[in-house]
Amino acid sequence: MTTSEKYVTAAYLVLLGALLVYLLIIALKVGRLEEELADLTRAAREKLGG
Amino acid sequence: MVGFALAFYWAPEDADQGFSQKIFYLHVPIALTAYACFGWGAWKALRLLWIGERRYDLESYTAIHMGVIFGLLTLVTGSIWAKVSWGVWWSWGERQLVLFLILFLFYSSYFMLRFSTEPGPRRERNSAVYALFGVVLIPVSFLAVRIAGTILHPTIFTHEGADLPGEMLAAFCVCLAGMLSLAGALYLVELSGKRIDASLRELKELLA
Repeated sequence: MTTSEKYVTAAYLVLLGALLVYLLIIALKVGRLEEELADLTRAAREKLGG
Repeated sequence: MVGFALAFYWAPEDADQGFSQKIFYLHVPIALTAYACFGWGAWKALRLLWIGERRYDLESYTAIHMGVIFGLLTLVTGSIWAKVSWGVWWSWGERQLVLFLILFLFYSSYFMLRFSTEPGPRRERNSAVYALFGVVLIPVSFLAVRIAGTILHPTIFTHEGADLPGEMLAAFCVCLAGMLSLAGALYLVELSGKRIDASLRELKELLA
């Protein structure tokens, strides 16, 4: 692999890495929202006496 | 992906820079997408100040959030390209680089301003005004190098058109369309996440 090829690969890997990190953040966020929604559903049921 | 495949397998290799010019198909679309995100954020900020609908605040904030992410990617990929082409990671003598850095730092400070005030109409108004001020830097950053001339940073798109062979230009356009679509998709995902978050917070307060 030439020096140019190494740098070009690194640049494209930066985008791929950023996308993977973003996906991970979104996955964690969705998990957190799911937990919060479950807590709220439980709280609403208790309040309504269901 | 199609754009990158065209850039690598169809577009000819640059006579001057060789294989390292392939970063152009990544770096320039990312930079233009960052400008588009900041512009979109400013447009939403203007709508907020003009119409007064609160939903524009979240839309403006999300667009600027995306712009900062794409801005950071522009700086990183640009530095890699600079290293392979010029032998340095950064050049303070290049107006376009410095102006882009100023634009990036300006919008990065948007978050400091936003989260230093309590949520409410005051925060929304202040953030909108700040986002609108920043948009002035976009044409300055874009045009300064064309007006003043440059030493190292190439200027491909001039008022006379694109200084590129047809295949390179076509591959670039596909890459740009792909990057704008990616930013659009991420913007919508981020926006709905933020909206769900806000609705859950409101629901929590109602149930407390």
